[in-house]
Amino acid sequence: MGGLLPLLEHVVKKPVWDCRMCGQCVLHSTGMTCPMTCPKTLRNGPCGGVREDGTCEVVPDMRCVWVKAHHRAEHLPLLPRAWRDEFDHLRPPVNNALQGQSSWLNLISGRDRETPPGWAAATEHA
Amino acid sequence: MSAPVVANAFERLCESRHRPIATAEFPSFDGGTLDDVRAAAERLAPWVDAINVTDNPAAHAHASNTAMAIALTQLGFNPILQVVCRDKNRLAIQSDIVGVSMFGVQNICALTGDDVTAGDEPEARRVYDLDGPQLVKVASIMGTGMYLSGRSMTAPPHLFVGAVENPTAPPLEYRAERALMKVNAGARFLQLQIHYRPEQLEAFMAACVANGVAERAAILPTVCLTKTARALGFMNEHVPGISVPQATIDRVAGSEDPREEAYRLVRDLAEHALSIPGVAGLHITDFRHDDSVRRLTEDLAIGPRFEEQHAHSA
Repeated sequence: MGGLLPLLEHVVKKPVWDCRMCGQCVLHSTGMTCPMTCPKTLRNGPCGGVREDGTCEVVPDMRCVWVKAHHRAEHLPLLPRAWRDEFDHLRPPVNNALQGQSSWLNLISGRDRETPPGWAAATEHA
Repeated sequence: MSAPVVANAFERLCESRHRPIATAEFPSFDGGTLDDVRAAAERLAPWVDAINVTDNPAAHAHASNTAMAIALTQLGFNPILQVVCRDKNRLAIQSDIVGVSMFGVQNICALTGDDVTAGDEPEARRVYDLDGPQLVKVASIMGTGMYLSGRSMTAPPHLFVGAVENPTAPPLEYRAERALMKVNAGARFLQLQIHYRPEQLEAFMAACVANGVAERAAILPTVCLTKTARALGFMNEHVPGISVPQATIDRVAGSEDPREEAYRLVRDLAEHALSIPGVAGLHITDFRHDDSVRRLTEDLAIGPRFEEQHAHSA
């Protein structure tokens, strides 16, 4: 865990996005809304339990993280087109080994984009 | 070595869609014997093409999805194994899938799963190591003969993978996109959440026809057979992701014969659902525990009993 960078990242991202330090940041593809703040830590869109008023199944007084993410991905000004499009891409399972690390370092090293060989080998049916 | 595997009848139907498909949800078991399982299956099987075994529905522990799927297969029925992401990590889920495949279970339906707070053990640790769309892809990867890690299996299991989607939960305009994500991940059938909002189902289906989901996956909207207005009110208040309009509850509550009206309500919803372009059939959940599954499939002329009729009309 140690090191200055994870600390710096946490100090910056915690107050703004309630960052959970998953070490593989996908904020840009989720409407600048952290999916790890979803009680089910879902990385690929809202579950079927979202309440009629758009609040969370688990925490009734909280707006569903993914309702928020979807709205922002569509409406946030200055969000690049490519980032908006990435909203619909399937994000791979979380690499739990990266928890607590700096996602900035993992972005530079490319570790945050490594996926299990089976996942990488499978072709999208698109 | 593996014997040549033949696609099961449910898979073939989802591919051909030459007549409306009917599936039903198997009741949960909390003990008993295989004779009890057989009796429950015999009540449903003549009227439907496959039977969903649930995975700790509403976050209540019951006899396991894998045990029930194996039991149904060995008794000669065709199960759809529901797998939720709530209770197990990716290792346990993969071992469940390869395990049941060795008993001949082929149909896998991936769900996120109701949260632990919906159940009677809200103190439990929730897992969600995978999410629903990721689980679809992991199951599809396993169908090619390897685990997520890339490690090869001795023999590739024959798997027919599907998922669920909720056409009536926000953000409504995104639900068909999410369905597309699951289809791209390998889902070839979609069983929808129980619905009481025909207009929302119509909008969802129109979007699924437009984005190709309805063509690439067999979409089965779901209706829920209940006996009373109270049951509808309970679902509205306590079941995650289901909302029942007050007018719908009043229709049953204000009727002279609420039990019959509760049935007619479901028949109307089902009839409407089947009339929507892109719909491949119907999934039925039954909390009446009478002969309503038979009555409904007969009233709608869906399921295996109507194979001949459709063969002649085709």
